[in-house]
Amino acid sequence: MATDGLHENETLATLKSEAESLKGKLEEERAKLHDVELHQVAERVEALGQFVMKTRRTLKGHGNKVLCMDWCKDKRRIVSSSQDGKVIVWDSFTTNKEHAVTMPCTWVMACAYAPSGCAIACGGLDNKCSVYPLTFDKNESMAAKKKSVAMHTNYLSACSFTNSDMQILTASGDGTCALWDVESGQLLQSFHGHGADVLCLDLAPSETGNTFVSGGCDKKSMVWDMRSGQCVQAFETHESDVNSVRYYPSGDAFASGSDDATVCF
Amino acid sequence: MSATNNVAQARKLVEQLRIEAGVQRVKVSKASSELMSYCEQHARNDPLLVGVPASENPFKDKKPCVIL
Repeated sequence: MATDGLHENETLATLKSEAESLKGKLEEERAKLHDVELHQVAERVEALGQFVMKTRRTLKGHGNKVLCMDWCKDKRRIVSSSQDGKVIVWDSFTTNKEHAVTMPCTWVMACAYAPSGCAIACGGLDNKCSVYPLTFDKNESMAAKKKSVAMHTNYLSACSFTNSDMQILTASGDGTCALWDVESGQLLQSFHGHGADVLCLDLAPSETGNTFVSGGCDKKSMVWDMRSGQCVQAFETHESDVNSVRYYPSGDAFASGSDDATVCF
Repeated sequence: MSATNNVAQARKLVEQLRIEAGVQRVKVSKASSELMSYCEQHARNDPLLVGVPASENPFKDKKPCVIL
């Protein structure tokens, strides 16, 4: 017994020192490649002109903070979700509400439009991600067709359909991300590695591959391989929660926004 | 028991770090110039840079109808 304990302690110590030396090596590698700053490379580029923004539509109807929104691929419809527990689908051209559903929880922190435009997904304090097919049949209530797809052990912070209506990627306060099959509700892959709540995720642009990036309360942004569940790279440059992550359209970079008041690229 | 957990965690961390150490990396100068050229190539398709012609803007203000 005693020798087992000793053996374990030895292994722990050697593992820890190997971890430290690997971390040091990673930092060295990164420093070696850091030969120039992006803004230096961009010195000769003309600065962008004044950016004029004009509010074209205001969609009124939510009773409390709007926590999330997503455009439909038809570039016309929008789904939004609110702290008041409501999820609304809008026609942004006319500002009409096309669908509305009341969730069994408040703080609906995540919502997403399916690529086909035929369904939406949403969730929040109910710890689930549910899919609602959109129907125009007045006799059918949206709530009746609700399908619970993802089950987490804490709040749902973000969700996104992959390339099809058939799979959903979720991020949760339970510190994990997960990929689900919509039809069966089966967990296809889970992603463990964040040390705290995961707050956001973004899928890589479809042409470039099967990865996604997530950001969490552990100050880290992590890039994942969707097929293996493996974290491919982790970035720990923020000093506080990473609230938002977005891939650059080329798929070669991503940006992250944080409670530390910075955006990193 | 907590000792075995620590060992398992440490082992996972080492494995993860090994994977990350093995990732192919590019110099910042190369990555930056690739990103910039991507940006320039796609600039003309970017409505935030080029603007949206009023004729194509589905959100432009509609003039109220005047009934004569």
